[in-house]
Amino acid sequence: MAIALLALVGFFISLYLWLWKVGILGAIVCGDGGCETVQLSEYAQFFGVPVAFFGMLEYGALIGISLTGLQPRWLHRRGPTLALVAVSGVGVLFTAYLTYLEAAVIHAWCRWCLASAVVIGLIFVAALAGVWGMRRSESPAPAA
Amino acid sequence: MAQSVSMKLFYGAFGVLVVVGAAWIWSSRGGSEAVEVDPVPVDPTSFAGWVLGSDSAPVEIVEYADFECGACAHFAILTAPDVRQRLVATGRVRLRFRDFPIQGHRYSPIAHQAGACAGEQGRFWEMADQIFFNQSTWIQDRRPARQFEDYARAIGLNMDQYDSCIKERRHAGDIEASRQHGLAVGVNATPSFVIGGLLVAGALPYDSIVRLVERAEARARP
Repeated sequence: MAIALLALVGFFISLYLWLWKVGILGAIVCGDGGCETVQLSEYAQFFGVPVAFFGMLEYGALIGISLTGLQPRWLHRRGPTLALVAVSGVGVLFTAYLTYLEAAVIHAWCRWCLASAVVIGLIFVAALAGVWGMRRSESPAPAA
Repeated sequence: MAQSVSMKLFYGAFGVLVVVGAAWIWSSRGGSEAVEVDPVPVDPTSFAGWVLGSDSAPVEIVEYADFECGACAHFAILTAPDVRQRLVATGRVRLRFRDFPIQGHRYSPIAHQAGACAGEQGRFWEMADQIFFNQSTWIQDRRPARQFEDYARAIGLNMDQYDSCIKERRHAGDIEASRQHGLAVGVNATPSFVIGGLLVAGALPYDSIVRLVERAEARARP
């Protein structure tokens, strides 16, 4: 449940950045202009597509998987939990790369991007905790 | 039973979050709230920006923009043509463009130099259109100056004069004067507009511009 809620927050952050990037939002509320610097850099696009759009896809997938995992027929299956770890793991790696670019190449910090980094990190930790809890519940009880 | 209650709580929280997020995105459209600003004294000897329209127009729109800003390009492509055709050409409005290059934007300095050097030959607005309309192209080029040269050629500038203007950074002082004027007015985002004493930030849609112009016209009437 926490993952679905966090992913929804991340989705709206990505949507906000994407809408600004394509010019639908007039001004970005960021504080010191770092968001504009980062979002207008050459690294804000990946294969010609704004990075924020990939964030929307990532968080959309996480919402879908987590809501599926909450349905009764999937509740006790391992698939959704493992999928959450895999998808959020990819997100964490990509976010780490983008954060490195902000720090070492662009020399500017985008606060919304950092907020998204925190969200995807929390989702990954929650997904790992889900796997750990699943393994504990599956392990046989010690013999008396 | 307990699980059913917690699921209901979850879906409730999820729904609330969807509504709050959608409202946040919706309220971010258009621009910021307009705020009243005091007129900033202008040194008559300093650069006053690029002007389009009649001196006798009752309302002036001052735009503070950065050539590397995505929202500024969005405004230039979607809204500015309507403003020029329906408000400036009809004599209702005079448009004043003030350079506001954002610190940290890598290519803003050269883009604004290119605009000013075209302005020196009386072609600022044509060059500004070229720069904004092609922003997504030159922004990815490691040497955008070459593209600006192409735009200068395309709008028929004297290239010897343009090249020497760029090389000498002839208008760097004017551009900085415009930026300082914007800071004094209270500009902290681009594009920002001052219309009838109101400062508003964001790529305003045409309807919002018209509302502010009508308000300024009403205030200007005796």
